[in-house]
Amino acid sequence: MPETPTIADLALEVRSKNAGPFWVTMELFMRDTAGYEAVAFVDAPVIARLYGVDPATVQIFRLPALNVVKVSFPRPVSQGSLRDRDIHAGQHHVPLALLPVPTASADR
Amino acid sequence: MTDVRVLAPTGMLGAGFPPETITRGLALGADVIAVDGGSTDSGPHYLGSGTAKTAAAAVTRDLRLLLRAAASAGIPLIVGSCGTSGTDSGVDWVAGMAHQILAEEGLSLRIATIYSEQQAASLAPDRIHPLPPAGELDPATLESCTHIVGMMGHEPIVAALEGGADVVLAGRATDTAIAAAVPLMRGFPAGPVWHAAKIVECGGQCTTNPRAGGVLATIDATGFTIEPLDPENACTPTSVAAHMLYETVNPFSMREPAGTIVVSGATYRAVDDRVVRVEGSRFEPAGQHTIKLEGARITGYETMSFTAIRDPHILGQIDTWAALLRKTIGEWVTRTLGLGDGDYAIDLRLYGYDAILDGIEPDRRPPREVGVMLLVHAADQPTATAVAKVANPLLLHLPTPDMNYLPSLAFATSPAETERGAVYEFVLNHVIDVDSPTSLFRIHLPEAADA
Repeated sequence: MPETPTIADLALEVRSKNAGPFWVTMELFMRDTAGYEAVAFVDAPVIARLYGVDPATVQIFRLPALNVVKVSFPRPVSQGSLRDRDIHAGQHHVPLALLPVPTASADR
Repeated sequence: MTDVRVLAPTGMLGAGFPPETITRGLALGADVIAVDGGSTDSGPHYLGSGTAKTAAAAVTRDLRLLLRAAASAGIPLIVGSCGTSGTDSGVDWVAGMAHQILAEEGLSLRIATIYSEQQAASLAPDRIHPLPPAGELDPATLESCTHIVGMMGHEPIVAALEGGADVVLAGRATDTAIAAAVPLMRGFPAGPVWHAAKIVECGGQCTTNPRAGGVLATIDATGFTIEPLDPENACTPTSVAAHMLYETVNPFSMREPAGTIVVSGATYRAVDDRVVRVEGSRFEPAGQHTIKLEGARITGYETMSFTAIRDPHILGQIDTWAALLRKTIGEWVTRTLGLGDGDYAIDLRLYGYDAILDGIEPDRRPPREVGVMLLVHAADQPTATAVAKVANPLLLHLPTPDMNYLPSLAFATSPAETERGAVYEFVLNHVIDVDSPTSLFRIHLPEAADA
């Protein structure tokens, strides 16, 4: 494992998808409880910075029983419009997946 | 009857499924086959144009297997969101295939159709409310739509079944309504029924191998069990619980026309290594019955051109090259066509570099090769194509500022330009209050002649 692990390094799967035409939703399926706890830093301001969206519109759901964190926010670009480069929003998890996990949580 | 069994062969009619998924489902005592025919997920084109995403031959193939199964087992077949978007043309498209198959196969099944398309003028603006993140509806938006559909709940489907249908071909319906209709009609409790309907809506998506065919949900008085129809495949508590996350904003609750599915208290228990038991799901009836509206309109016309670069010199300064291309296209279009910024718009995508994530791409190392897609959007097709043609020599020969010769880049096709036709956008994210769950839908019951 690299010295500073990314979220993807600690996850079984990180994915994104449309949730209807007006929302995008992402899930972090973490490997274990330690991984789940390591992504506790993923909050609305983190997502807002990463995706250039208003933090007030970001919804975060934590499902400890599944070691899952789910993130939903309004689609920044209208689906199928001239500027939409990802019709299903299926590749938009990557900036989140590549985010380094803060050292304090990675060391736990 | 102590339980009811719903067979969900696939997430989308026309996506295909192994024939064994049906034989196994019937052997396990399926009481109904429910299959979704559509989605908004592939974009506004399908609703806007009233055309299907799926190939007619693929839909016919799936439908033939399902109609044979329904006839042989004497159980209803329910198809929702016919023709991808559930427009009237989509229902007619699937109904045409179904009637032809019945004739070819010599089957006597009674087909009901339910139409969900709405006329802008007949929707009362004061009863329409926005869903987040939409704002209040401008009535002009309704008029601008090429098609508007209402998403039905289970009630119109139940009405068609009670009217004598063996096969129900529904326009736009919630993914869950098609699986919930028969269990609710037979009096099973709403909590387990709606939760089971959500879990089976994508067929095998709730299993550990989503490509191995469909699933069977068995609903009883206290909960439901779910199992894959491929004996090698498995449902696990995690695979089932995780499906509540799929394509939903909120994993704990989902609104239906008649109320809200609440699964925050649900428990998922392995019955064995491939069957899961779910209990504790609730359904909270709503005070006001609402129907979600979907509408799409034309935003303009597009023409696409695609060239590609392998020259490391240009790729080493791809941002500079792209900025020069944008600027030069603007100058040439003004010079030759007399058009300004407001007359057209372009999107320049550098595939292999940052096309997908654009401004939020975290990795900006020089690429090995880049596909350059130019999309031109204008109010009419000839204008979009004229702009793309003016850009053609630039996509072929534009150098970087430090080159003293003209490179020739790699067009992918001849002609380089492809006319995409009308392009659409979804403009409704609203619900309308209704006094009756069936009032917005036109139910055509089977006639005696069909039998």
